[in-house]
Amino acid sequence: MKPYFILNGRNTPFEKGQSILEAAEANNVSIPSLCCLKGASPTGNCGVCVVEMNGQEVLACSTPVNTGVVVRTRTPAILALRQERIKELLDSGNHNCAIGSSDNGDWCDFQQTVQASDGASELCPAWGDCRLQELAYEYQVTGGGRQDYKVRQYPQKKDEPLIIRDYSRCIRCGRCVAACNEIQVNLAIDTDFLDADPLANPDKAYPVAKDNCVYCGECVQACPVGALVEKKARYQYRPWKAEKIRTTCPYCGVGCQQTLHVVDGRIAKVTGVEDGAPNKGRLCVKGRFGYDFIYSEDRLKNPLIRNNDGTFRDATWDEALDLVAAKFQQIIDQHGPDALAGVSCARSINEDSYQMMKFFRSVLKTNNIDHCART
Amino acid sequence: MASTFLKNAVQKGARLIVADPRAHRLVDFAELHVPLRVGSDIAFLNGLMHVLIKEELYDKKFVQSCTMDFEKLKAQVAEYTPEMAGKIAGLAPEMIVDTARRLASVKPVMLCYTLGITEHTCGKNNVMSVANLQMLLGNMGMECGGVNPLRGQNNVQGACDMGALPNVYCGYQAVTDPKAREKFEKAWGVENLPGNVGLMIPQMMDGLVDKKVRGFYIFGENLANTEPDIRKVEHELASAEFLVVQDIFQNETTKFAHVILPACAWSENNGTFTNSERRVSRVRKASEPPGESRPNWWIFKQLAKRMGHDWASNSGQEIWDNEVSVLSPNLFGIKFHRIENDGLQWPCTDECHPGTTFLHKEGNFSCGLGNFVAVEWTPPAEVADEEYPLVLSTGRRLYHYHTRTQTGRCEGLNDLLGEETADISLADAESMGIEDREYIKVKSRRGEVNVRARVTPEVPKGMVWMAFHFREGNANWLTNPAFDPVTLTAEYKACAVRIEKQ
Ligand code: SF4
Ligand code: SF4
Ligand code: SF4
Repeated sequence: MKPYFILNGRNTPFEKGQSILEAAEANNVSIPSLCCLKGASPTGNCGVCVVEMNGQEVLACSTPVNTGVVVRTRTPAILALRQERIKELLDSGNHNCAIGSSDNGDWCDFQQTVQASDGASELCPAWGDCRLQELAYEYQVTGGGRQDYKVRQYPQKKDEPLIIRDYSRCIRCGRCVAACNEIQVNLAIDTDFLDADPLANPDKAYPVAKDNCVYCGECVQACPVGALVEKKARYQYRPWKAEKIRTTCPYCGVGCQQTLHVVDGRIAKVTGVEDGAPNKGRLCVKGRFGYDFIYSEDRLKNPLIRNNDGTFRDATWDEALDLVAAKFQQIIDQHGPDALAGVSCARSINEDSYQMMKFFRSVLKTNNIDHCART
Repeated sequence: MASTFLKNAVQKGARLIVADPRAHRLVDFAELHVPLRVGSDIAFLNGLMHVLIKEELYDKKFVQSCTMDFEKLKAQVAEYTPEMAGKIAGLAPEMIVDTARRLASVKPVMLCYTLGITEHTCGKNNVMSVANLQMLLGNMGMECGGVNPLRGQNNVQGACDMGALPNVYCGYQAVTDPKAREKFEKAWGVENLPGNVGLMIPQMMDGLVDKKVRGFYIFGENLANTEPDIRKVEHELASAEFLVVQDIFQNETTKFAHVILPACAWSENNGTFTNSERRVSRVRKASEPPGESRPNWWIFKQLAKRMGHDWASNSGQEIWDNEVSVLSPNLFGIKFHRIENDGLQWPCTDECHPGTTFLHKEGNFSCGLGNFVAVEWTPPAEVADEEYPLVLSTGRRLYHYHTRTQTGRCEGLNDLLGEETADISLADAESMGIEDREYIKVKSRRGEVNVRARVTPEVPKGMVWMAFHFREGNANWLTNPAFDPVTLTAEYKACAVRIEKQ
């Protein structure tokens, strides 16, 4: 028989070894967390998942369930603790969505200062796709009015390729560290940043990536706030504008599952499909950032036929296809079908290779069809 | 991405052995790095099997009940003592013994390889040898065991499955089998499908020069940069009487075309890719193709029509659901509606079949018993000598894909890697007085390139390592067009070169 514990007054089954957070989730009771990352070990960094167990406050992510324990997730005291924690996080950085720093202090001045440092005239780039913002709404928390926003220092890396790391919005949750070190195992972020004091020693107090970063962007996908964002997507759109389309990565044989965030018919960013097989949400640098070649001005836009002098002229499809068909027929008539040969594409969809194979075998009547599998 | 799962396993306590001439990043996670010489794989593998048999560490039960020709293997590897194998592979005999014992000490052992095994003149034998080892250890037919080639291109598995090969239709049905021909004649409504096996790429290329091949159709391959010995390849392409290239960009190959057909790219198509694990996953249209570009399948359909054949299917889904899956027994159960989310792994023989994660379950090989094919080590076609004292081996780098027609046009990726380098060892750099990042010449019997040196501890003494992502400094100006006699895979992994200061 499965063991049971009492969750919000109900007898609730759990699996041995589950944390309170996992057991609650398995029973459709959600406990908020900003730092837990699926597949990585819990850290308890954010403190938001606090619950009451047998009258004590504990962190749900890192406390195992035991038979018979009494857990309450939404007592007034617990909710107050969470509110306090969320407020602290909002006040720890430049959270200039409608949430941050609005209790007192000069809101306009704060906005302008932050936007100037962002080089933008908009609210935070993560606005609408931010776990902290969601929780702040849910718990009705506003920032406490920071007075230090003009002088406080944060490390920033804005001149790297592909990723903007702006630790002025970092809540030091450690998800990026887990993503880099435990999921992708690139070991590019040191884990000891939590030991340093962000006020006294900002350069040491944030999870800045080291030189061995391979730009997989897993940390960006893991970041719950606007600290790590894709450079190419930053300020290009708001998340509710994007249609999400699942597809398969065009590069290597792993076949990672991607979510394309498509805005007005254009891919604005790419993320991994959480829990999708085979990659379970992970992507490499090419899968995550190698999509914009399709919009290159160099794309071929119409058929081309070679002139006698070696240059090419634009042609219509009818012209080009008629020419190919006629030329192939002529070669077959004069030299037989085996004087034709073709190489298919190992990058294109199955259906394309099938069609080419069918064309060569059933129409041209030759088996001279191959592709680059052997190379 | 595959390597991240490997590293996860190591973090959870799995043991990793890396056998590679180069000390690449995975070596940091390995308990043992076996830095064997380029092209000595069979000697090394036979040496391992020698030890396993001599010390009776192999899986006797598996060998007895699931395999045949063990005695032949035993006789073949008898001479590959650790001393003899070690000499060829440049390894201490103890290391071979040690590796063999480690391999025998756990079960299952998963063996993964990539092109370092196949891109040799003995590529097919290398693969045989790898399979021999795993059968001998009884690591076949179980989850987390087996022989796992990690495939390069996203759909190289799929292109094989679709029968873009000279000897088989889709689903690996042989063109030489009259019954298969009859089946496809009926399905396609045609007569007299050819029953002779067709040409492989290198034979096609030769054919362009000797006029056996007059019309050549290249779909989505930049052969002028990817094939060994660029000068030879360009001569061959230039000899084509009529060359059609279907692609999304102009590239080094389209220069030689008579007709260029503009095609849809990845996110402009609805269809499927099949990954290394034989998993068929959906590809979905997310953006409109530019100008007059058309789906590739549409182009073939239009050509067929002009040559008198009307094909019914008119979308990726119709082609897959009504033709490919119907005609390929292993794919029969895979339909678009079943792969809306996660894909399915073939064999998947009916619409209730859950797909197949791993093959040869419980030692059941598709051909009955697993066959040991004993093989002899042979050296690469070109080995280092006085004139060309270094071995050039090639591979890929993380930030680019093949000839960069795509990744070279993505913002940010060129910033991460903007040019080719020749990776050389600290020892060779020192003895030749070459500084990191200095421009050097790399020469082979076929050509030479000017390229920056990247002095790195990853590369052993005596080796130069390069990729083919950039036209300038492309390794294929140097590589040797020598091929495996059966698969006609080129020996990209080994040829002789020398380097010079500029
Ligand atoms: S990171 Fe989130 S909470 Fe902070 S400003 Fe941006 S949207 Fe608001
Ligand atoms: S991009 Fe990848 S390697 Fe770099 S810090 Fe983020 S997770 Fe680590
Ligand atoms: S950068 Fe993002 S993921 Fe990393 S610790 Fe800061 S908030 Fe968390």
